[in-house]
Amino acid sequence: MHRYQGVAAVSYEILLKTQLAHKETLFEVSAPEIAAKALPGQFLIVIPRAGGERVPLTICGYDAEQGTVSFAFHEVGKTTKELGTFEKGDCLYNVTGPLGNPSEIKNYGRVLCVGGSIMIAPLLLQSKALKAAGNHVTTVLGCRSKDFLFMVDDAKACSDEVLIASDDGSIGEKGMEFLDELLNKERYDRCVVMGPVVMMKKVSEITKPYGIPTVVTLTPIMIDGMGMCGVCRVTVDGKMLFGCVDGPEFDGHKTDFDELIKRQRTMLPEERLSSILWETSGGCDCERQ
Amino acid sequence: MPKQEPEDRVKNFREVALGYTEEMAHEEANRCLQCKNPQCRKGCPVDVPIPDFIKCITEGNYADGISVIKTKNALPAVCGRVCPQEEQCQKMCILGKKGNPISIGRLERYLADWEREHGVHVPERAPSTGKKVAVIGAGPAGLTVAADLVKLGHDVTLFEALHVAGGVLIYGIPEFRLPKDIVQKEVEYVQKLGVDLRLGNLIGRIHTIPELMESGYDAVFIGSGAGLPQWTGCPGENLGGIYSANEFLIRVNLMKAYDFPQKDTPIRVGKHVVVIGGGNVAMDCARISMRLGATVCLNYRRSRKELPARQEEIENAEEEGLICRFLNAPLEFYGDDKGWVRAMRCTEMELCEPDASGRQSCRIIPETDFTMDADTVIVAIGQTPNPIIQRTTAGLETNPRNGTIIIDDEGRTNVKGVFAGGDVATGAATVISAMGAGRRAAQAMHDYLTNQEPKEGSS
Repeated sequence: MHRYQGVAAVSYEILLKTQLAHKETLFEVSAPEIAAKALPGQFLIVIPRAGGERVPLTICGYDAEQGTVSFAFHEVGKTTKELGTFEKGDCLYNVTGPLGNPSEIKNYGRVLCVGGSIMIAPLLLQSKALKAAGNHVTTVLGCRSKDFLFMVDDAKACSDEVLIASDDGSIGEKGMEFLDELLNKERYDRCVVMGPVVMMKKVSEITKPYGIPTVVTLTPIMIDGMGMCGVCRVTVDGKMLFGCVDGPEFDGHKTDFDELIKRQRTMLPEERLSSILWETSGGCDCERQ
Repeated sequence: MPKQEPEDRVKNFREVALGYTEEMAHEEANRCLQCKNPQCRKGCPVDVPIPDFIKCITEGNYADGISVIKTKNALPAVCGRVCPQEEQCQKMCILGKKGNPISIGRLERYLADWEREHGVHVPERAPSTGKKVAVIGAGPAGLTVAADLVKLGHDVTLFEALHVAGGVLIYGIPEFRLPKDIVQKEVEYVQKLGVDLRLGNLIGRIHTIPELMESGYDAVFIGSGAGLPQWTGCPGENLGGIYSANEFLIRVNLMKAYDFPQKDTPIRVGKHVVVIGGGNVAMDCARISMRLGATVCLNYRRSRKELPARQEEIENAEEEGLICRFLNAPLEFYGDDKGWVRAMRCTEMELCEPDASGRQSCRIIPETDFTMDADTVIVAIGQTPNPIIQRTTAGLETNPRNGTIIIDDEGRTNVKGVFAGGDVATGAATVISAMGAGRRAAQAMHDYLTNQEPKEGSS
């Protein structure tokens, strides 16, 4: 049991830890109330331990019967590195969710689902739901190199077709340019993109001339994740919107990605400092249970 | 009351006002005239029997004194610190006519602090009524409603979206005005009364209000506050270094970013901070920024006379080095090549005729643009209610202009069994007015619950 005072008897125990790739991990956590309400496209705010940060992480699975919800993360900053040290049986301090608006899942016809790095995990939840809704689903898995590729079998199980791309060309296509050729050959009615901002920008630029409605999942910096702080604001179609309450999904053809990229970088020096201190202190876990 | 000296306090986050000693409390309490028809009590939004608790202090009977307060106010340590007493109880004090009213807030604080040191007494609950109530939001309004209803024998669940209870008392008001361990003690008191607190539960997402009603709650109180920040709408507002007051306050107060990197959530404040606004929130942001080492300029579009912040807070801030610049408004923000704010263009303003509410409006004086350096800007021009509950509760009547929930004098919404109060109904106001609204709603809810037919199948 976690030890903070004044909380109902809720314990966010890690029931399953899966190492997806070198620094990519998937947790399945006990959270019955969240599991009962979670839908594809929504996210969680995870606080690993008392005094820790509030980290937004996209839901990549849920099971209302088992009372579990899962999320995946890439170890990049202090908090995600620390999360990586948690093992099966450990408890998280707090998990709040489901947050954000669920994805629109309908039968569109032919859907192109493009995922990049850690966001492949939640993308597959969408691929699965879109497939179940009767769509023909082509799933594209994007990764840095072949060592960072994961969940290929899961993708195959929930898609009609799976394509692979890597930044360095070490597996599958090199980069996302091949999508242009694909769209020249095949008709698609909708495109769903979840991944790094630069990748979402690139894919949105490719689909735009074809007039394919393109939905991107934005993961701006967040704190509360429920509409209070406004740090997740993004410009979409010239309007200021909040990633947490208006999103997290937006029209990729109307999103100001360049502004978002700049906003993502505003706390980089602090994030680096925090991360370096964590590593040089040997990843102290004395405050954890 | 003794305070930390300005040159010391501007370097730390410890409480500014140090509180009365016992001698000081007695001296102050002895000045009270014990009026037969106490005006001070009429000025208190939650009707605290003020002369009675002051009398207890003169008799050295502190335990009774705090019990007297708690018959009406579940959060005295908070109210003794952040209530605008000069506008309420103290404004009505007869001694005030001669310029020196009783320091009611400081005496209230004295008793609350005395109790914290000597052990908290928990009053008995009325026998169970078998009725279940959901209270949404563990801020001043929600805590008041929860405390009142649980004492009356109802079964109360308090849902809080954040991972810590207290609402604006935790995320909004800084440590140096209201220490967080004091808020936590007040929250623990409400729990000790028997309230079931659920943290990290965003109502509207994890459960909607219709779902709560279906699952067996007989009544719901919405006290979710006004947390959605307002913006200037000026070009460049999404540059790095431009914070909403809420972001700034949440980082510093709730997540303790002033202690970064010991705490994980960072804050970046440059050398020249501009705070836009003139309320207590603006003042808090300014005083935090000074404690983080910046030179701070407060830009307010009206004149000093119209500053809505408490006089005491303005004085504190100015003692600490705040520069005020009146009658100006922002027009545009300029960034550097990394997308961080570096300057802002403003215009001068002039006051014009009072509007319908009696408040002087103001207008731009053409061609008076000027530019000032700013590497951090904090926008503190108000908040509106968060839209999640309104969007997920079919038929709930709200004001289309600002999203506040429409209620009657007793806190009833147009949906049967659903009540609301505090900032979500009035727009951003004070802690004590939210508590007053909570008190009225709790009474109306109690009437509703006790006159209600028992639900089939409920115990």
